[in-house]
Amino acid sequence: MKIIVCMKQVPAAATASIDPLTKTIVRTGRNAVTNPFDLYALQTALDIKEGVGGTLTAITMGIPAAQKVLRDAISRGADDGAILSDRAFAGADTLATSYAISLGIEKLGGADLVVCGKMAVDGDTAQIGPELAQHLGISHVSDVTEILEMAEDHLVVRRVWDDIDQELYLPLPALITVAKGVNLPKLPTIPGMLRGRVAEIPTFTAEDLGADIARCGLKGSPTQVVRTFTPPVRGEAQEIEGNETQQAAKLAQIIREVLHGED
Amino acid sequence: MERIKKGALWVFCEVQANELLPVGLQLLGRGKTLAEESNRPLYAVVLGKIPQESVKLLHASGADEVIMSVGAALEEKLEKPYADSLIALAKQFEPDILLVGATPFGRAFAPRVAAALQTGLTADCTELSIEEESGLLLQTRPAFGGNMMATIRTATSRPQMATARPGVLPLPEPMEVEDRDPVIIEDNGELSVVKLLKETAIERGADISQSKIIVAAGRGIGQKKNLKLVQALADKLGGAVGSTRPLVDMGFCPYSSQIGQTGYSVAPDLLICCGISGAVQHLAGIGGAKTVIAINTDPKAPIFAVADYKIVGDCVSVLENLIKALD
Repeated sequence: MKIIVCMKQVPAAATASIDPLTKTIVRTGRNAVTNPFDLYALQTALDIKEGVGGTLTAITMGIPAAQKVLRDAISRGADDGAILSDRAFAGADTLATSYAISLGIEKLGGADLVVCGKMAVDGDTAQIGPELAQHLGISHVSDVTEILEMAEDHLVVRRVWDDIDQELYLPLPALITVAKGVNLPKLPTIPGMLRGRVAEIPTFTAEDLGADIARCGLKGSPTQVVRTFTPPVRGEAQEIEGNETQQAAKLAQIIREVLHGED
Repeated sequence: MERIKKGALWVFCEVQANELLPVGLQLLGRGKTLAEESNRPLYAVVLGKIPQESVKLLHASGADEVIMSVGAALEEKLEKPYADSLIALAKQFEPDILLVGATPFGRAFAPRVAAALQTGLTADCTELSIEEESGLLLQTRPAFGGNMMATIRTATSRPQMATARPGVLPLPEPMEVEDRDPVIIEDNGELSVVKLLKETAIERGADISQSKIIVAAGRGIGQKKNLKLVQALADKLGGAVGSTRPLVDMGFCPYSSQIGQTGYSVAPDLLICCGISGAVQHLAGIGGAKTVIAINTDPKAPIFAVADYKIVGDCVSVLENLIKALD
């Protein structure tokens, strides 16, 4: 089975900044980590590869430094990696990103199974997986919480949504996005880390992919941020002072007034 | 099909266990205002057959027409057949705006529609409005990085697509309407290759959105056992326990208690925030609270900017003392 796992480099929590002109996230590669959900995706792909055999390639789109996530993936057991990197891809929204990744997957000869994390913690949209499946013309199941059965030509998966628990039969080729808790991602091994360090990672540009430039990056992104603003604040909050007992007494008084204010 | 005009505002209305989900009605409520402001008709779109009383509820919630797509491929609610059906409808009738409730299923299938129509999709909007000069849909959601909101426009492609979480918008009062038939469209989409083998409903408690008194906890609560204090205070006040996303992600609290952009919006008379820093994603869900009391160790925490009363201190000891003081 040919498996491709999609990975993304995201800013480590609370270190992101926004480009004032394009209003998109500034990506420098410093303080960047692998999107946590993608480690579950990678482990899912590794488990399936181990179960039914095959190859596993990790793919990412980003600045050249983002190849770090691919080396991380190889150190954890992926066979190889490929990065889509080009100035033309910069500022892409989910439509332009999923378009480029779909071309990258085709460039790699397609896949029987594409595995994505449920979402990336920076954009938080959970849209890339489903959009990618649509571009590739294949079925998908979002938010998989358990792989129940794996075979050359199909998977049986479970997903638990708010108030519903489903078991689904999914013939391949197909795409799944996986939720946290689908497995326990394993740590890289020492030989894996060595392999990851020296692995040759091919870079594909928009031209290499034969991409329509009008559908790439900021230019190919229909959603544009027109304004960012700080939410309005209430007036200055009244500070409740004193020692802990006094504070508690005052607070209790305020709560009683709020709850019985009308009488 | 003369009843259906091009350039309309569509709301996809999801059905679960033969019932319309409230989020579709909530979007119709907001959609009616948006449609009036921009002089477009408002249509509710349902995939699969629904009973006439549900059709009537959609009309009563503001829909000028109800488009109902029916066919064998839509019998099971799965990502690809539902997307294919909505894509076919959108290609035929060219809506200008398409709103979808950000339920798990909405989030799973709507992106396929956006990709096929090569248009933008803004997830989890907390505000939707019409830009006066252009008539474009303004889609506002918290932005990543910094304590900011971002307003997004889809200027060049159609439809303009956005999702909003359930409970973020208010439920409209149903209007008096006469009984009218839906516009039925036959779906000729391929049968799903994905098969639903088994489906079980999970019993779910009431969510936080309607609570009048809420004691909410954030990461500053520290250990899980401290949540007992939050529960104790909520019980004492006859209220409910709310939480932030990190606590839900850590498995400390159920999703039904999560307040914020990706949880529920709340509008209680009293909101007590314990150890909540006030990330913009959380603040997006508490705009309707009347009186806000915030307790946090960090005097610079953004939660204090939206509070009426504040205590700079450890919420655990404040809770312990407050519970005693209320005895």
